[in-house]
Amino acid sequence: MAVGKEIKTKIASVQSTQKITRAMEMVAASKMRKTQERVLAARPYAKKMSQVIRHLAQASSEYKHAYLQERDVKRIGVILISSDRGLCGGLNSNLFRKFVAQLKEWDSEGTEVVMASIGLKGEGFLGRLGGEVLGSVTHLGETPSIEDLIGVVKTMLAAYDEGHIDRFYIAHNDYVNTMTQSPQVVQLLPVHTEELEEELTHHWDYIYEPDAKDVLDQLLIRYIESLVYQGVLENNACEQAARMVAMKSASDNAGTLIDELQLVYNKARQASITQELSEIVAGAAAV
Amino acid sequence: MSMTIHVDIVSAEASIYSGLAEMVYAPGIMGELGIAPRHAPLVTRLKPGEIRVDTGKEELDFFISGGILEVQPHVITVLADTAIRADDLDEAKALEAKKRAEDKLADKSANIDFAKAQVELAEAAAQLQAISRLRKVK
Repeated sequence: MAVGKEIKTKIASVQSTQKITRAMEMVAASKMRKTQERVLAARPYAKKMSQVIRHLAQASSEYKHAYLQERDVKRIGVILISSDRGLCGGLNSNLFRKFVAQLKEWDSEGTEVVMASIGLKGEGFLGRLGGEVLGSVTHLGETPSIEDLIGVVKTMLAAYDEGHIDRFYIAHNDYVNTMTQSPQVVQLLPVHTEELEEELTHHWDYIYEPDAKDVLDQLLIRYIESLVYQGVLENNACEQAARMVAMKSASDNAGTLIDELQLVYNKARQASITQELSEIVAGAAAV
Repeated sequence: MSMTIHVDIVSAEASIYSGLAEMVYAPGIMGELGIAPRHAPLVTRLKPGEIRVDTGKEELDFFISGGILEVQPHVITVLADTAIRADDLDEAKALEAKKRAEDKLADKSANIDFAKAQVELAEAAAQLQAISRLRKVK
């Protein structure tokens, strides 16, 4: 029947879209579980590290590291952690909005900002934003390794060592639950000393090999790297969760769209039958 | 029963081992270390190599590519690196990240264009709002 052929094709096309969004939803759901496991697996390292650093800060070592000391803030360094891919709802734009609000605040305080990005979306955003960008890394995939992050973290740490920046932040999405991801800007350097200087009950020092400076240098670099790595993992989990939710609502919307189109199609079909019937009846009456 | 000490071997990507040991051998930066329970507090960097954990029943081997070893009275912690690290390697990676930023982000103006960013974000927000409104209507 010729009636409603356009509507039929439209329904078919929406159905195939729905199939794709369904598949993406299920893929995201299974990836989400894996990314969450990865976040949990990385936690002991960061926890142990902060314990060791706390011990070192407590232990009466004469060496005070630059990473533990506050200094006057003239310039701030931020790494923006985002996803490589889109189709994950408002995840990235929410983060960017928070990021820009924070930049504005710093700007009004008269501090300059240098930036770096992890992830394709952030790279594109910083490109359009302008400003000084120190480093960038993309295409980390679902299993990011700390090796991929060394470069970009190093550019920031080097800038800190040279006194080019006086504080170091990361901006990323924090995983609260499947429905909620909260964008955050967190300070990494200098390491918050108030957390470290608790319970100075007994004074004892380690034996350092080769020496305190050497060990603390390496330890703090690894610590910062592990925090950035955690940020990337959290962001990854957020990405999958957000994509799952976005794709679920896309599938639902496609469903309602199909229902509506089906209704329009049925009405058109009935109208054409009624019309044909009345034409036949009218024709018969005329004879 | 002989004395034991708790050992944790963790890397940034996963927890590798956690349990009791009678003796731990590690490749310290200044030489091979053997650590028994009640060792004095110690922090040392590790060379790439093998960590052996003697649990009394069996001997477990773990390969690490460097890291840090911490000894406290009741616990030994190994913070293992997952990547091969060297200063010049790190430097090369940093340069790579920098190069990428320079290649991709040709805009060298030091001023951040807040107005442009805000327009872009407002657009994205409007789109999202429109979508959620459409969803409600249906």
